[in-house]
Amino acid sequence: MKGLLDMLRTPAWKRYNWRVIWLSLAYVAFLLPAVYGFKHKLIVGSVAWICAVLPALPIIGIFAAMGRYLVEEQDEYVRMLMVRQMLWASGFALSCATIWGFLDNFGLVGHADGYWVVVAWFFGLGIGGIFNKLTLGDGGC
Amino acid sequence: MENRLRLLRAERNWSQQDLGERLEVSRQSINAIETGKYDPSLPLAFRIAELFDLPIEDIFVSPSRRSSKAI
Repeated sequence: MKGLLDMLRTPAWKRYNWRVIWLSLAYVAFLLPAVYGFKHKLIVGSVAWICAVLPALPIIGIFAAMGRYLVEEQDEYVRMLMVRQMLWASGFALSCATIWGFLDNFGLVGHADGYWVVVAWFFGLGIGGIFNKLTLGDGGC
Repeated sequence: MENRLRLLRAERNWSQQDLGERLEVSRQSINAIETGKYDPSLPLAFRIAELFDLPIEDIFVSPSRRSSKAI
């Protein structure tokens, strides 16, 4: 727990947290009207394309914020922990997508929306944190 | 990498937090280096050496020399 608090104190991590908070608020602000609009058939034509893509932009922003964090983090060990978590996340998400793709191809499971890869990626960050804790004694973020 | 960081820190009565603040890294970074779980980059190794006013090889044990001794 103390190690985690150390990490939370790095200026780069604080900036990253603020960016993620603002981007999460933007995500909710884009998603809720889009869901309401599509559900009540209020959005049509080219506007529909824009409204459908808007909620994706803050999520892309979170990926950019993570990249920015890696650039700004001055503590090389803490940065390495995050990189390891990201590698686990990428490996986990790509593996899930590959397995699901074959299961889907052979008609064993239903088709899944593409954004579930992102959900798997964030879940993989947690797995990476557990791996860091088990191997280095530091859970990361 | 094996090193004498814990010993050098103890000689000065510095906590891991104290040393971390002097090197501008986290306490967990110091702990990871001391326990050999993490090898610092060359710039950080130089900062450590300059802080203790010692050559790098007096703080960190070269892995190749260590293995040749074992042979």
